[in-house]
Amino acid sequence: MLSIILFFPVIVGVALAVWRGLPARAGGLVWLAATIIDLALLMVLTATAGTGVNGLKAEERVNWMPQLGSSYHLGVDGFSLPLLLLTGVIFVACAIWSLRENDRPRPQAALFLFLQTTCLGLFAAQDLILFFVFFDLSIVGMYFVIAGWGHGNNRRSALLFFLYTFLGSLALLLGFIGLYLGADPHTFDMVELSQRGAFTGTPVAAGFVLAAIVLGLAVKTPTFPFHSWLAPAHTDAPTIGSVVLASLMLKMGTYGFVRIAMPMLPDTWRSWAWVIVIVGIVSVIFGALVALVQTNIKRMIAFTSINHMGYVILAVGAAGVVGRNTAEAQQLAIAGAVTQMVSHGLITGALFLLAGVFYDRTGSYDLGKYGGLAGPAPRFAGFFAVAAFASLGLPGFSGFIAEFQVFTGSIGTVPWALLALPGILITAVLFLRAFQRVFTGETKGLSVGFPDLHRRETMALTVLMVLVVLIGIVPGPLLGMIAPAAELLVGNLQP
Amino acid sequence: MSAALLLMIGLPAFAGVFLLLAGRRLARAATGLSITVASLTLATAVVAAATAPAVVLPFVSPDGAALAVDGLTAVLLPTVAAVALLVLVFAGAEGLRPEGRFHGLMLLFTAAVMVTVTATSLPALLAAWEIMGATSYALIGFRWQEARTMPAGLVAFAVTRAADLGIYAAAGAAVVAGSGWRLEDLAAADGPWLHVIAAGMLIAGLGKAAQLPFSFWLSRAMEGPGPVSALLHSAAMVAMGGYLLLRLEPLLLASGWAGPAAAWIGAATAVVLGIVALTQSDLKQLLAASTAAQLGFVVLAAGLGATAGGAAQLIAHAATKALLFLVAGAWLTAVGTKQFPALRGIGRRWPVAGAAFLLGALSLAGLPPLSLWWAKDAILAAALHIHPALYAAGLIGAALAAAYSAKMIAIVWAAPSRQERTDTEQRLWDTEQAGTRGIPSAATAPLVVLAVAAAVLGILAVPGLSEPFRRLLNAEAEAESTVWELAASAVIALVVAGLVLRRGTPSIAAASHWFGLERISAAVLVRPMFVTAEALARLDGRLNAAVTGAGRMLGDAANRAGSLDVRLNAGVNGVGRVLGRTGAETDTLDHAVDRTLGVITRGTASLGHLVRRAQTGAIADYYAGAAMVTVAAFIFLIVVR
Repeated sequence: MLSIILFFPVIVGVALAVWRGLPARAGGLVWLAATIIDLALLMVLTATAGTGVNGLKAEERVNWMPQLGSSYHLGVDGFSLPLLLLTGVIFVACAIWSLRENDRPRPQAALFLFLQTTCLGLFAAQDLILFFVFFDLSIVGMYFVIAGWGHGNNRRSALLFFLYTFLGSLALLLGFIGLYLGADPHTFDMVELSQRGAFTGTPVAAGFVLAAIVLGLAVKTPTFPFHSWLAPAHTDAPTIGSVVLASLMLKMGTYGFVRIAMPMLPDTWRSWAWVIVIVGIVSVIFGALVALVQTNIKRMIAFTSINHMGYVILAVGAAGVVGRNTAEAQQLAIAGAVTQMVSHGLITGALFLLAGVFYDRTGSYDLGKYGGLAGPAPRFAGFFAVAAFASLGLPGFSGFIAEFQVFTGSIGTVPWALLALPGILITAVLFLRAFQRVFTGETKGLSVGFPDLHRRETMALTVLMVLVVLIGIVPGPLLGMIAPAAELLVGNLQP
Repeated sequence: MSAALLLMIGLPAFAGVFLLLAGRRLARAATGLSITVASLTLATAVVAAATAPAVVLPFVSPDGAALAVDGLTAVLLPTVAAVALLVLVFAGAEGLRPEGRFHGLMLLFTAAVMVTVTATSLPALLAAWEIMGATSYALIGFRWQEARTMPAGLVAFAVTRAADLGIYAAAGAAVVAGSGWRLEDLAAADGPWLHVIAAGMLIAGLGKAAQLPFSFWLSRAMEGPGPVSALLHSAAMVAMGGYLLLRLEPLLLASGWAGPAAAWIGAATAVVLGIVALTQSDLKQLLAASTAAQLGFVVLAAGLGATAGGAAQLIAHAATKALLFLVAGAWLTAVGTKQFPALRGIGRRWPVAGAAFLLGALSLAGLPPLSLWWAKDAILAAALHIHPALYAAGLIGAALAAAYSAKMIAIVWAAPSRQERTDTEQRLWDTEQAGTRGIPSAATAPLVVLAVAAAVLGILAVPGLSEPFRRLLNAEAEAESTVWELAASAVIALVVAGLVLRRGTPSIAAASHWFGLERISAAVLVRPMFVTAEALARLDGRLNAAVTGAGRMLGDAANRAGSLDVRLNAGVNGVGRVLGRTGAETDTLDHAVDRTLGVITRGTASLGHLVRRAQTGAIADYYAGAAMVTVAAFIFLIVVR
């Protein structure tokens, strides 16, 4: 079942790629149908799959490279399932958005279906080699998206993105090899590596392995100071490329923390958790402050992503600071981190779609060139306001659920996490300032004659925002999904 | 009756969201729906207050949304719901447009207040607390086309959210302290964390209640329409700051310092903002400053542990101030200005509104036998028991209230000559917006109701009669005001009011600008934040340059390696040629050797070629290179194994 869900998109994608006679409009519909079917299958899997021996649902394992201790091993748990569902939803939104795409729609659909498989595969992988393969394939796919469908200085940005994240992935590979060598018997299996005492190397060796893994993941996330690729990649990427990049590919980094770095090297993670906490706090404040002075909407949202991912980093770092009676706080922090991944995926996805509307209508992301846009485009203004409030962590939206848990959990283990609190104040100011500049006051500049959202744009945004509100008001189901995995991880981290 | 509790919250929440989504399509039907829902909300609120239900719902934690009605909640729920209903009726009569957005936001706000008042655990409280702030932002910026409104909303939202961070910090500290998120358990936290929790909650309460040093946001909030100020900036949102501190009195007292701190800040606000109010020349600005000053008495009460007095003050002030704001809003709509010079004698032009305003102003002045006189004195009685200085500060605050109220009365009920009146109408009216020259009769009904309430609600704090109220709040033991204290404050109020009517008010330049609180905060906090942000953005640019520089250096290195390779190639080629020549000359070497060498040469040459091609930036080559590194890693792995 899981394999079908994984490879169904790419099979449809290949079919689309080779079927030259297909009319453009039909290509878009096929893409949308494929993403909806895949999401439906995912939901069926969520509802029906039972938990197997390894605590994984829908587990599948086939021998692949036995001499390397690597197998085709898939399975989902409380960390991966929310992200798989997020992947399904985001690609549905992208497919809706692109129903009227004019620029080579068929190859684009094929490429995004390929990307969907890589994202799903990464979140479902239970083998490091498999994980790495999907990790790298996603980078390749995104390179072609930016280089092929981007605008502005897109080739250069795509190359920077590719080289930077690829170098990061090589560091990650080194770390994986370290994990492999540290296990006895040698294995790439993530379940086995996550068992207590799987890493038999010296603490120094473990330190280097963790450093390599953290470096690789930090580039992907990205955290300060490895974020240089993010803003140009987003600015020059096509709208739905930015959506996938921000909503899903950044999550690959943060997911790696809870899936690989923490459970596989718990002792080392505990020793170095304070470094992670500092990186998290710095990312939060740095991302928020730099976003505050951006005048390009896409750059601004890109930097808020650094801020939002900073909360995740802060939380996973704080979860590694183990003391007496900290289990509750640790669990809060981890649950908050995973909720934040989902929440940021949905909210930032919506924000990048909205940013795409600007480019689509006028070709300019410059905040200063608009004013009073709420007059000609009230629906657009409404969606932007709601998405902005969601992103700044207003209660009633998913961001609050995530950030409240991140803060209370992190402060619960590391009181210094208080230093990150101004982050939510600065994001509030920056979003409301941007909103005020673009949408209110006298209608002027590029706002004059700005067409409001079309039906398909409204639909795609509605899909995302309804989920954001749903999670914000009834977080129970999502938190219930995450809780067992978070509990297991906290148990793993106890000395 | 937990159904009543849930309906009281759910009805306005759903109706509010519905009205916001339905937008302009509903037009005037929105008003009818909104008033119906507000009436139902009031009815359910009364039922909930009478039956004291409790509900526990999962939110962030399994019991994150614990809601319950106790004495303090029971007296506030009907108050807020009633003021909300009256304000919506007024706004409906005035025809505030677009109706869908206005009523939707107001109902959503009301629902948030209902949750705030009933929440007994931190996640629900914080959630509702911040939604109040956001709806307040949207309502202040209701007329978004005007340049001044949205920045004002932003200031209000940012300042109150800055204070809200205190609740986040307190929630985190509660996790460390292991006390849980129940409000009643917070006081049981031990160690240093108790102080963090107390400080966080105190700051949050002070911020919402517009106490010093946060008061200035309330001044900016006056950009919103009159009905918005009537509900948000008098009866509900600002009042919630006072409510929170009253609710958390045990926590404030347990910390040892937070109670006195609240008391002194409250007293200071009553005095300082009283002076600010006295020097305003804009009616709404005066009312705003006075709101902060009057809330100062509530905060003072919370710090002293005088729940009954504080609650009575909250309720009496809600009725009084909602009335005054509504009348100010009605005048603004009618004559297009709220500047005092233009309002001379306006009370006589619309006598019902003028009379209602007069009654409200007299209550605000603390004159007997109106509501705020009783309520304020109940707090002052408690202050006298704790510290004479607090009592003195409270009396000064009361005197100032009498002074600024008298100032309003003097202007509104002035009797200008006909000549002067036509002059005013021509020169000073319609300076802020186009006036309608009328107050709809339907809009005066809520004014009358509020005026009656402002007059009689003091019953809650009348010594001897206040027993049931005190029992409801578990505050039987609190000090009651004596006849002498009541007489003293009445005399002071009368004398001061008389003096102001006779002599006018002094003008203090600093006070008329709210003592530059906003400018100070801009200089101390906002500007440094932007300077840092700019500096970091520059740093980020440099980091980018370094990354691309490093990339270029790598490229250069590869180039140099490439050219080295070319030279090497040439060398090998040369050697090959020499060898080949030698081979051919000596004939001792096999032709095969020559061929092998040729192959090597060609191989090396093509390798060099490959490396050179690798610098073209073609992605496939980089990928191939990386793949080779990967393969090498695997080989390394297999060898090690």
